[in-house]
Amino acid sequence: MKKTLKYLKPYWRGVAAGLFLKLLGSVAELFLPLLLEYVINDVATNAALSSDVKIRMIVISGVLMVVCSLTALLGNIFANRLTVKSSGNMTHDLRYDLFQKTCYLSSKQTDEIGVPSLISRLTSDSYYVNQMTARTLRLGVRAPILILGGLILAFWRDVTLALVLLACVPIVGIVVSLITRKSVPLFSNVQKKQDVMVRDLQENITGVRIIKALGKTEYETEKFDGTVKDLASREFRANRLNSLSNPLATLILNLGLVAVIVVGAVYGKKTGTILAFLQYFVIILNAMIALSKIFVVISRGSASAARIAKVLDLDVGETVEELPEGDKSYKIVFDDVSFSYNGVKDDVRNVSFALKPGQTLGVIGATGSGKSTLVALMMRFYDVGKGRVLIDGKDVKSYTLKELRAKFGAAFQNGFLISDTVRKNVDYGRDLSEEEIDEAIDAAQARELVEGLEGGLDFVLAQKANNLSGGQKQRLLVARALAGKPEIIVLDDSSSALDYATDAALRRAISTRYENITKVIVAQRVSAVKNADLILVLDDGEVIGLGKHDELLNTCREYAMIYAAQMGGEEYGTLSAE
Amino acid sequence: MERFQPNNHRGARRKVDKKFVFSNLLKFLKPFAPMLFFIFLANVAGTVLTLVGPKLCGMAIDLIDLENGTNFEKIRNYAFILIGVYSLSAILEYFSAIGMAYISRGIVKKMRSDVFAHLGTLPVSYFDNRQAGDIISVLSYDIDTVGESLANDVIIVLKSVVLIVGSLVMMMTIAPLLVIVFAFTVPLSAIMTNFIVKRVQPLFRKRSLKLGELNGFVEEMTTGQKTTRAYNCEEKVLEEFEVKNREAIDAYARAEYLGTISGPCVNLMNNLSLTLVSIFGAFLFMNGQISSGDISSFILYSRKFSGPINEIANVMGEFQSAIAAAERVFRVLYEPSEPADPADAEELTNVRGDVDIEHLVFGYTEGKEVIHDFSLNVHSGQVIAIVGHTGAGKTTVINLLMRFYDPDSGCIKIDGKDISALTRSSVRHAFTMVLQDSWLFAGSVYDNIVYGNPNATREDVERVCKAAKIHSFIMALPNGYDTQLTDNAVNISKGQKQLLTIARAMLLDSPMLILDEATSNVDTRTEQIIQQAMEKLMSGRTCFVIAHRLSTIRNADNILVMREGDVVEQGTHEELMRQKGYYSELFYSQFEAI
Repeated sequence: MKKTLKYLKPYWRGVAAGLFLKLLGSVAELFLPLLLEYVINDVATNAALSSDVKIRMIVISGVLMVVCSLTALLGNIFANRLTVKSSGNMTHDLRYDLFQKTCYLSSKQTDEIGVPSLISRLTSDSYYVNQMTARTLRLGVRAPILILGGLILAFWRDVTLALVLLACVPIVGIVVSLITRKSVPLFSNVQKKQDVMVRDLQENITGVRIIKALGKTEYETEKFDGTVKDLASREFRANRLNSLSNPLATLILNLGLVAVIVVGAVYGKKTGTILAFLQYFVIILNAMIALSKIFVVISRGSASAARIAKVLDLDVGETVEELPEGDKSYKIVFDDVSFSYNGVKDDVRNVSFALKPGQTLGVIGATGSGKSTLVALMMRFYDVGKGRVLIDGKDVKSYTLKELRAKFGAAFQNGFLISDTVRKNVDYGRDLSEEEIDEAIDAAQARELVEGLEGGLDFVLAQKANNLSGGQKQRLLVARALAGKPEIIVLDDSSSALDYATDAALRRAISTRYENITKVIVAQRVSAVKNADLILVLDDGEVIGLGKHDELLNTCREYAMIYAAQMGGEEYGTLSAE
Repeated sequence: MERFQPNNHRGARRKVDKKFVFSNLLKFLKPFAPMLFFIFLANVAGTVLTLVGPKLCGMAIDLIDLENGTNFEKIRNYAFILIGVYSLSAILEYFSAIGMAYISRGIVKKMRSDVFAHLGTLPVSYFDNRQAGDIISVLSYDIDTVGESLANDVIIVLKSVVLIVGSLVMMMTIAPLLVIVFAFTVPLSAIMTNFIVKRVQPLFRKRSLKLGELNGFVEEMTTGQKTTRAYNCEEKVLEEFEVKNREAIDAYARAEYLGTISGPCVNLMNNLSLTLVSIFGAFLFMNGQISSGDISSFILYSRKFSGPINEIANVMGEFQSAIAAAERVFRVLYEPSEPADPADAEELTNVRGDVDIEHLVFGYTEGKEVIHDFSLNVHSGQVIAIVGHTGAGKTTVINLLMRFYDPDSGCIKIDGKDISALTRSSVRHAFTMVLQDSWLFAGSVYDNIVYGNPNATREDVERVCKAAKIHSFIMALPNGYDTQLTDNAVNISKGQKQLLTIARAMLLDSPMLILDEATSNVDTRTEQIIQQAMEKLMSGRTCFVIAHRLSTIRNADNILVMREGDVVEQGTHEELMRQKGYYSELFYSQFEAI
C-alpha cells in the first residue's frame, strides 16, 4: 500500500489541485441548503420585510444558489479530470515498473512466483489498484467532506436538530459496513465456484472428442448442472444479503427525517430550518453509502497492491564476480557441475565435459533427465550449485548477462513465438539485416514454408502461433537461433516435430553453413545427435555416457538401447554396409 | 461491483436482433410469471408508499405553529403513520429485491444448464472452429451479465417509472405552477445525459480494446520471458510495452474524463431545480398561494423526481450490454446440433472389427478437399498404420471413422454396415481412442481411469494400471489412487499422463482401437514402456495407428502413406521398403549421415 502511494507522489500537484477543487465543489454544494433556509425562514416568512426587499433578497439568493451549483459542477468536473489524470499516470508508472521487473526477474524468481501469477499481477491486480486510486480520489474525498461539512453546518445552524443527525450517522455506518463485511466472503465464495465452473468448461471443450467417444455427454451435463446449481445458490445467498443494504439505509434515512420533524416540532424550530436539515440528511446519508462502496474497492485494491509490491520488492541486481579463468582453447567447459531447482534433490549431478570451438555437442536422454537444465546453466538462467561453467575460458558468473547471452542463438523446447510477423519473430529485437534473416530462413529449411504463407516474411502469427503447425513453429524457432551468426547455437529439442527428411536437411544445412560455430543439440532422436563430435548421455541428472557415436554404441548400454529401439538393429547393419 | 475482465472486447458490434432476444428471454421468464406479478405489485406498492411520505411530512411541518402553539398530538400521530409507511415500504422493497434475485438465480441456472446441455449435442466441428475462451465467456460472463441485469436493472427501471409518475402527480397536486420548473430542467438533463452517453460509449469500447491489447501483450511476453532474456531484447520489449501501456492509459483517461462528467452534470440539474423551486416557491408563498409545508413536500418530491431520470439513463447502458450478451447466449442455443440418428438407425453390436472405406471424399470447408478418394479394406484384428506429413489428412481419417465429421461422399462400413445408418453412440463405442494430448480432468486418479467404464471394480483398475506400468507410480502419489489431479498440485509428466489414458483405454472393451500420435510427446524410454502397454492394449483388436516415428509402426499389417489427402503407397514395411518410394525415403532420412 505504502509502495503504491509512492507512485502517486510525482503527481502530487495534480492530486492536491484535484482535492482542492473537490473541496470547493463539495462545500459549494453544502451552501445550497443554507441559502434555501435563508430564503424560506428569513425572507419569505419574515413579516418585517417589505415585498420589494423580499423580492430583491430572493433574487439575490437565487443567483447565489446558481453560482454555488455552477461552482459545484465545475469544481467536480475539473477535480475529476485531474484525479483521473493522476491515477492514470500512477497506474502507468506502476505497471511499467512491474513489467520491467518482470522482464528482468531471474528464472529462479519467475519459477517461485509462477508465470500465471505474474500475469495476473500485471493485468487484474494493476487494474484493481487503478480502480482503487481513481475511485478513492474521486469519491473517497468528496464523501468525507460532505459528511463533515454537513455536520458542521448542521451544528452551526441548530445544535438540537444536529444531534438527531449525528445519531443517525453511526447507525447507517454500522449497518452498511456490517453488511459489506459479511458479503465479502460470500462473494469470494461465488468467485471460487465460478473458477470451478470455468475449469470444468475448459476440460469439456478440450476433451470433447474423448467425451463423445466414451458417450459421457449426459454424465458431464449432469455434473455441470450440479456445479451450476451450487454456484447459483451461492450467488443468491450473496445477493440476498446485499439486497438488504439499500432498503435498510433508506429506512434509517426516512426515520431520521421523521425524527427531525418531531424534534423540530417539540423544540419549536422554524420550517426553513427543518427543511434545510432534511437536505443535510439526504446529503450526508448518500455520502455514507458511497463511502461504504469505496471500502470494498479499497480492500480489494490494497490486496492487489500488496501482491504487486511483493514483485517490486524483489532484487534483480545481477552480480558479476571476478573468478579464476580456465583453458581458453575450449568454447564450453562444464567442470563438475551440480545443480538443483528446489534445493533438495540435484537435477544434474557432477557433469563435466569440454567442447572446442566449432564442435558439436549432442545431448540425449529421457524427459526429465536434465538435458534442458544444462542449457539453462550454460546461459546462466540459473547459477550452478557446485562446480563451474566456463565459456571461452571465462566463468559465466564473470560475464554480464548481456555479454554472455549475446554469444548464444538458442531455440528452446516448446519455444516462444510472438503474435507478430515472421520477420520480427526471426529478428527478435536484434535489428538484423534482410540478408541475415534470409540466410537463417534458408538454413532452417523454412524457405518453402515462409513462401507458402500469405505475405511471406510479413505474415502475422496468431496468438501462441496457433496458425502454424508444430513443425512450422520449430523451423521458425531454429531460424531465429541461427540468424545473426551467434558464437554458439543451441537447439533444444527443436526438430522433434519435423519429419525425418526435413530434419536431415536441416542438420546438413547447419553443419555446412555454420561449420565454425559451436553447436549444442539437445534431442530425443539418436539421428539428431549421432554425428556430433561429443555426445553426452544423461540419465536422471547423471552423465552415463560421453563420447562419439561409435564409441557409445560399445561403451554405453543405455545409448545402444535407445539406438536399437529407434532404428532397429538389423537396419543399422544393412545401412552401414551400403 | 465492477469486475476485471481480461479480454472484454469482442470484435465489431453487429446490430442486435432485439426481437430474437426478447422472444427467447420471455421463454425463460415464463415459469416465473406469477412471481414476477407479485414482485411488480410489491414494488409499485412500496414505491407509492415512499411517495406518500413527503406529503405526510409536509402536512406535519404545517402543523408546527410557532405563534399559536403546535398540535403535538397530531404531530405524534403523523410521526407514527410515517414510521409505519416507511417501514412497510422498506420491507416491500427488500422483498421485491430478493424476489428478483431469486428469479435471476433461476434463470441463470437454467440458461447455464441449457447452454451446456446444448453444447453436448453440437458437432465436434463447432469446437474445432472456436476459441475455448469465447465459449467459456458466453457461459460465464455473458450469462452473468444477463442475470445481474435482471436482478438489478429491472427493479430500478420499474421503481424509477413509478417514482417519476408518482412524484409528478404529487407535485401537480401541491403546486402545478412549480412543476413548470421541470419542464425546463428535465429536458436539459435528458439532452445532457444522452449527449454524454453517446460520446462515452465508443470511448469505453476503445478503453476495453486497448486494455485487452495491453493484457494480451503482457501475457505473451511474460510467458516468453526466457526467450527475451536469451536474446537480450528486454529493452525492445519494454519499449513496445511502453507504447501499449501509454495507449491503454490514454484511452482510459479519455473515457473516464467524459464518463465522470455525467455525475456532476446530473447534480447540477438537481441543484438548479432546487434553486428554481425555492425561489418560485418563495414567491408563491408571498402571494399566499402555497404553504411552507407545501414547499417542503414539493422539494422532497423534486428530489425523488430527478433522481430516477438519470438512474434510468444509466441503466439503459447496462441494458444494452445485457441484451447483447443475451443474444450471444441464445445464438449458442440455436447452433444446429449434430443431425439426429435416422429413425431406423441400427445399434452396432457384437462388432467383429472389419472396416471398409469406399471412395471417401471430405473437406472441412467447402471447396477445400482434404481427402480426395480414399479406399481401404481392413480385416478384424489388423493393425493399420497411417504415416505422412502433418496436414496430409491422417487425423481427418480418424475424425471420419469416429463420425466426428461426416464425409462429403463415399462411405465407411463396419462389419459391412454403413456407419451413417448406425447410431453415432454405438459407432463411437466400438472404438477406443488414445490421442496425442492426453486428456485428464480435475478429479482423483481413480475417477480419471474409470471414466469410460464406471462399473469397473477397484481390482479392474489396479489390473489395468499394472498392465500399463503406472501402478507403482500411482501408489507413490500422496494419496495413491485417490490423489486429486488438480492444476499443478501433483507433478505428472507427459509420459505418465499418457500411461493413465492408456490405462483408461484398457478398461474399455471396444473391438477397435485408434492411436493418434500417442507417443510423440514422450522420450524414447517412456515411449518403450508406453509401447509395451499399448501392445497389450492392441492385441486382438483392429487398430488404427498414426505415428511419425517410423520405428513404432514397422510391425503394422498395412501401412498407408498419405500425401496431400491421397494414399500414395500402401503395404507392409518390407513391401514399402522394397518399392523404394516415398516411404523408404522417409525411412532412410532418419539414418542419413551428415
